[in-house]
Amino acid sequence: MIEARDVTLSFGETPALRGANLRVAEGEILAIMGPSGSGKSTLLHCLAGILVPDSGEIHFAGQRVDTLNEGARSALRRDRFGFVFQFGQLVPELTAVENVALPLLLAGTRRRAAVAEASTWFGRLDLDGLQQRRSGELSGGQAQRVALARGLVARPQVLFADEPTGSLDSLTGEHVMDLMVGSAREQGTTVVVVTHEARVAAYADREVIVRDGKVTSLDAEPVLS
Amino acid sequence: MYTLSVYMWCTVFGMSVPLTLLGLLEREPSHGYDLKRDYDTFFGRGKPLPFGQVYATLARLARDGKVVIATEPGDGPERKRYIITETGASEVDSWLVEPIEPEPHLQTVLFAKVVLAIMLGRPAEEYLDTQRHAHLARMRELTEVKRGGNLIDALLADHGLFHLEADLRWIDTTVARLDALTKAVAR
Repeated sequence: MIEARDVTLSFGETPALRGANLRVAEGEILAIMGPSGSGKSTLLHCLAGILVPDSGEIHFAGQRVDTLNEGARSALRRDRFGFVFQFGQLVPELTAVENVALPLLLAGTRRRAAVAEASTWFGRLDLDGLQQRRSGELSGGQAQRVALARGLVARPQVLFADEPTGSLDSLTGEHVMDLMVGSAREQGTTVVVVTHEARVAAYADREVIVRDGKVTSLDAEPVLS
Repeated sequence: MYTLSVYMWCTVFGMSVPLTLLGLLEREPSHGYDLKRDYDTFFGRGKPLPFGQVYATLARLARDGKVVIATEPGDGPERKRYIITETGASEVDSWLVEPIEPEPHLQTVLFAKVVLAIMLGRPAEEYLDTQRHAHLARMRELTEVKRGGNLIDALLADHGLFHLEADLRWIDTTVARLDALTKAVAR
């Protein structure tokens, strides 16, 4: 479903990716691991069309992503991908339910329908009663579950998660991972999760290691459809 | 395969059947059959304790004054009820408060492999990657057990996960130190 072919990317003089290759199959839950500064987040950003590689190719569902212009990549991110980041990054001015509804509103869903759909996620993610709270009134675990709901509400084909439990304690992090994996499997969403935590990676179907900008995988790479 | 039952067998069985049986008797006096049933339920996890071992262990505990036997007449043969003594209870108490020996074996073996690999010009990093992969595969199995299991399974799986995670940290740190280790090992 997603593929990186010989991807390189430098930030100024500093190379972040040096020929990274990776394949992610549809419905797969993949963990990208590696030490700090190894290039794992950069790889995720390339796969998600946030960054454009200096060379190499990114493919998604048979389509070249790296050659799309910013507008087309933005539309791809909005319509096909969901995102969860380390610190939730909720919009502080919006309530929790408005945050969750955001991807639907951006995709053109009417407000009432978007909020109604967003509300259904609060029960599923053990967030009942928190719909009207703002991000400052949520605990770290609650905020991250709201972010997860926002990432999944538009039923994306791929959910990209960058250290989704990095700011949470162990039990809360497990709860978030449990919900993420359960929900993704339920709706057939492919998940690419960047993490340095083995306990998080253990929720994935397989893991790859990024070291010095290259990908090492000890599992057979999936055959892409 | 590093299944939960294998893991349990290694850890719980390692902490000794006699003390576990004594611990169960501390809870309440019991017949051999009931004791075995409780042991299998809480500690056996797919590998039941043989009856022969239960009765041989109870006989030794009785010989050492850690349990006494009360015989109960019945329709069939007499039934034996095992009751923990003060000596037995005191042993359980000491055992419970004493920390168990940490298990340095994995690190010892891996360390030897890594150093030897460097000495022999072999790919130490690949060995460590392979070990990490195996560790993660085991963690994945235990995570699945946790997700589908009850609280007891979850707690036991957690124990395994934290140990494996500690090993993984050692593996990652060792990978980061391979260059320095290569210099240190070089003749």
